[in-house]
Amino acid sequence: MATATSSEQGIDWSGGNLPLKASWGKLMMWFFLLSDAFSFSALLISYGLIRYSHPAYSGKVSDFEFSQAYWPIPERVFEAVPFLHGVPLPLVFVGIMTFILIMSSVTMVLAVEAGHRGDRRDVEKWMLWTILGGITFLGCQAWEWTHFIHGTEGRGATDFYGNVIYGANLIQNEYGPVPFANLFFFITGFHGMHVTSGVVLNIIIFYNTALGIYDRPDRKVDEGASRYEMVEKVGLYWHFVDLVWVFVFTFFYLV
Amino acid sequence: MAEIQHSQDGEIAKPNTAIIWKTFWILSGLTALEFLIAFTMPANMLRVGIFIILTIAKAAYIVGEFMHLRHEVKFLIWAIILPMIFVGWLLLAMILEGGSIFTMLQ
Repeated sequence: MATATSSEQGIDWSGGNLPLKASWGKLMMWFFLLSDAFSFSALLISYGLIRYSHPAYSGKVSDFEFSQAYWPIPERVFEAVPFLHGVPLPLVFVGIMTFILIMSSVTMVLAVEAGHRGDRRDVEKWMLWTILGGITFLGCQAWEWTHFIHGTEGRGATDFYGNVIYGANLIQNEYGPVPFANLFFFITGFHGMHVTSGVVLNIIIFYNTALGIYDRPDRKVDEGASRYEMVEKVGLYWHFVDLVWVFVFTFFYLV
Repeated sequence: MAEIQHSQDGEIAKPNTAIIWKTFWILSGLTALEFLIAFTMPANMLRVGIFIILTIAKAAYIVGEFMHLRHEVKFLIWAIILPMIFVGWLLLAMILEGGSIFTMLQ
């Protein structure tokens, strides 16, 4: 009986009630994000284990030189900024990237808030800013990868035969032990892949909003959900990507 | 275009974004503090501990306010937090394991 009445309002959980007071779609997004957090945890846990099984650099930061004998100090590896060639600016560029991602998370939550009010123009505006932030972050990451792969001009570590190594890839690394570069590629690469798919999802949501799909009076929505719930669900994913970057930033760049 | 304008029933409410911007300033402030510590404090276990506490604080603000988890049902909050606590345990165990691999190789 209860099912019949709630079906008239929209799609329900077919049991006549709303488990955990969340709509079906949002709850599934939460559990997907939990499982995705496990994948990222696996990468970060591997990083912890591999890093602490290598010797740490013990001298002064100013005397630091690249060598395969010890794990490098991240602030001496990531000190390049575009257009400022040869100027050592440790962690400045990665700080800018962090700020861009936090900022795009803010514009995303503003889009979700606009969706709650049913304000389509505001949703469009904030979704566009979010997409722009995501694309800018990806551009920064592309530059950082290029720089990391190319390497410095002969300041790098020497290999087993005493030859200077230029740049880094999966089998050679001028900054330190080979697993350092491997973990850099895998962790930031897996995160960048998530940002890419997040941007694609954001573009789809923007497109749907601009077409007015969420405002159609005949469109059925989940019970307990607002008309713009798709913005909220994709927003959860986008915040998760930001959250992962907070952890990558600490464990890979700061510690 | 005309029928699109009619789909709104009544007035659109004013934006209510004070809490969002407050969270943004807290997140930016914590990140700035992390930078300050990274360049003023010598690298040791205390510094690592401070970084981890600041990171968890940032994560709490993102998940609690931006992802709205703080305002969900208690059962849903624990369904998400509890597995992650065990992941933290695994991380600690594997870091200690890495340390003992290091001493074994010496």
